[in-house]
Amino acid sequence: MSLQFLLDGLISGAMIGLGAIGVTLTYSILRFSNFAHGDFMAWGAYAALAVVGVLGGSTPMAPLSFGVPLLAALVVAMALTALLALVLDWLLFARLRARGQSIIVVMASFGASMALRNLLEFIFTSRPAYFSRAIQMAVPLGFGIRITADQVALLALTLALVTGMHLFMQRSQRGREMRAYSQNPALAQVVGIDVASVVRATWVIGAALACASGVMVGTLVQIRPLMGLDLLLPIFAAAILGGIGSVPGAVLGGLIIGLSGSAAVQFVGAEWRSAVAFVILMAVLLVRPMGLFGVAER
Amino acid sequence: MNVLQVKGLVAGYEPGLSIVKGATIHADEGEIVVILGPNGAGKSSLIKAIAGLVPITAGQVLLDGRDITAVPAHLKIRHSLAFVPQTENIFPLMTVEENLRVAAGVLPRTEVAPRMAEMFQMFPDLAVQRGLMAGSLSGGQRQMLAVARALIVHPRVLMLDEPSAGLSPKLVTQVFARLKEFREQGLTIILVEQNARAALAIGDRAYVLVEGREAHEGPAATLWDNPLIAELYLGQRSAR
Amino acid sequence: MIIDLLGYGAFFLSTALIYGLITLGLNLQWGMTGLFNVGIAGFVAIGAYASAILTTPDAPDRIGGFGWPIVLGWLAAALVTAAAAAFTGYATLRLKSDYLAITTFGVAVVVQLVALNAQGLTGGPFGVAFIPRPFAAVQSDPVLFNFANLGVIALVTLGVYLALERLSRSPWGRVLRALREDERAAIALGKSAQSYRIQAFAVGGAVMGLAGAVQAHFIGFIAPDNYLPTLTFQVWAMLMVGGSGSNRGAVLGAIVVWAIWVGSGTLTAAVVPGDWQARASSLRIVSIGVMLCLILLWRPQGFFGRRKAG
Repeated sequence: MSLQFLLDGLISGAMIGLGAIGVTLTYSILRFSNFAHGDFMAWGAYAALAVVGVLGGSTPMAPLSFGVPLLAALVVAMALTALLALVLDWLLFARLRARGQSIIVVMASFGASMALRNLLEFIFTSRPAYFSRAIQMAVPLGFGIRITADQVALLALTLALVTGMHLFMQRSQRGREMRAYSQNPALAQVVGIDVASVVRATWVIGAALACASGVMVGTLVQIRPLMGLDLLLPIFAAAILGGIGSVPGAVLGGLIIGLSGSAAVQFVGAEWRSAVAFVILMAVLLVRPMGLFGVAER
Repeated sequence: MNVLQVKGLVAGYEPGLSIVKGATIHADEGEIVVILGPNGAGKSSLIKAIAGLVPITAGQVLLDGRDITAVPAHLKIRHSLAFVPQTENIFPLMTVEENLRVAAGVLPRTEVAPRMAEMFQMFPDLAVQRGLMAGSLSGGQRQMLAVARALIVHPRVLMLDEPSAGLSPKLVTQVFARLKEFREQGLTIILVEQNARAALAIGDRAYVLVEGREAHEGPAATLWDNPLIAELYLGQRSAR
Repeated sequence: MIIDLLGYGAFFLSTALIYGLITLGLNLQWGMTGLFNVGIAGFVAIGAYASAILTTPDAPDRIGGFGWPIVLGWLAAALVTAAAAAFTGYATLRLKSDYLAITTFGVAVVVQLVALNAQGLTGGPFGVAFIPRPFAAVQSDPVLFNFANLGVIALVTLGVYLALERLSRSPWGRVLRALREDERAAIALGKSAQSYRIQAFAVGGAVMGLAGAVQAHFIGFIAPDNYLPTLTFQVWAMLMVGGSGSNRGAVLGAIVVWAIWVGSGTLTAAVVPGDWQARASSLRIVSIGVMLCLILLWRPQGFFGRRKAG
């Protein structure tokens, strides 16, 4: 039997995990589940595509399918996606949050998600787009696993981003402030933490990582306006499975969902992949709603 | 001189529904001011309003003569006003050290490390437990951590909301003894307490708050001598 | 010409009233009880498929085709959807409200998946055809046929409307509203509060399932494409325009939003050149999304609601 599905699961798990970090931070700090988070991924991917278009082609860095322009575009797109999130917060979420009903904010994110997604369809149409159409050589690793250079590079990028995120949350003052605020917003103010900058940091980090995840999907699969919507359920499931508020939990949750999904493709049938996230979500809610690394709600 | 002056403060969570109704109090340098009063008198809300956590609708809060009424809660600490809430006054999922470090963010970067060391010297118990999750500390240790966290930024005024709540008498004595030490170093302390006997024992001056306004003010030592006060507001509690 | 217009008017109103039914179901869940459902399309689909499978004539290539009478199909649709909603509620309503939202979203995804892939049950991407239509005997006379259908749909809507009005004035409805006001109190109340909310969510689901079934029999053919997230989104827009909390507002909001939707669709079809049609229809959804956000920001009580709702 080929173990290729393990690698596939790892890769989709990495994409889901990067998205889930943003969802889990938004939930624990801004206190709402952001249904527009998937659309940050799609907007990030299209932003990178647009920037690549502006920068023009250059020879890829063999054996990768992409070159410096895509890496530069990734950085620019992460900044643009963060800007999009900040603008959306300023226009919409912050105003509703001030009224104190978190579920209204959820609804607004749902409306915003629909608008954002269809705006992409309006601008780019629903036709899939690609960063590169080059066919990549896959190197056999044994046990029937074959891996491409792009996959290696993007897994390494994910590892770097996740490690960086973890260190940021644990070691930096802003990271401590974010954790403190998620545990007790009132005490955080007493201690002198500026809510506004914590909120800004949350949006910037969540959106930038969503963008990275979107660019990964775009490089390894394709870019479509619906790509974010399709990943939204796995992302939510991963964040809840890992325990809301936990960055390592979100990543681990993403890996579990990704691996289970590719196992389902291998053993059940590709068409049922998306159902796996739902089954896991229901199981977690019924058995251990606080997730793997979560704590009971106050 | 007056370090903290509160003039005619009116505050409440909802408009038209004030809990603090025109309270006027002050505190001098190196003084422990005790605020007593029956349940629902607005003691807690008064210091929360001073800390910026309850919306103020009228009146003034002055610190060293500067008006800090409108300063948002998170900037109060930068105006040398520290507050220790009654419950949930630490971050339970962060270590003892992280609890102090996150509060030290207000200090200039170069002062953080030396000040952390100073705090661990002042609170040797916390130094031993620096790597533990704050949520796993005992009640007395939590209270000490909360006080240390408030003191790390050199405040002029420290406000505490019922620091004795939930502590054993022995621990109350210990905590209050520490407060006395800090007073000796010039810190101004405002203490809201249900435990009147313990609080008056270390306090210099006391206010009795009734229906959101100060009804009596006097030296802590002689407050008991006023029979009306003793009977009306402290009688049943003094038995504790 | 006049006859055509009349027939079209009846057709339009029938469709709008079916949306009105779905919106009534949502109003019970959200407007009255404060339960956030992002999977409306899924619940409508469950009802539609349930009734379709039970009432269609025997089909060799899939399960079902039991040939039940239409009314029984509708009843079963309501019951099956209620059960699905009750289970969703059971799994999530002891937790914070966001979990219900996420789970209903998942329900819609999975229902869509089943509709597409469980060919033996749902006919896959081709859907279920030959769903018996009421008054099929007079189908040759479009005006009579449309009006007869409109009559039935209007009756069902009126019945559901009156029943919901009654429910909302009953002690049961008062408990729901009280729970809506304070989520923490509801959690503190524990089991009994949870059971009230599950009931409300199930009854709301039943109404959505019934609406799905009525629509399936009205059109005579269903496919997975009918139940995309856009449907959920339209229904939310209808409720928010109408004013959540008001049953009257729910129905009026449905009619108004559907009129805007159909009107803007006709307009773009006439004005926009062929290769831009797809883009124009995206822009239509964008504007509804923006409208929903604007209503949340500036007029959370909607336009036809009697009560002020938060």
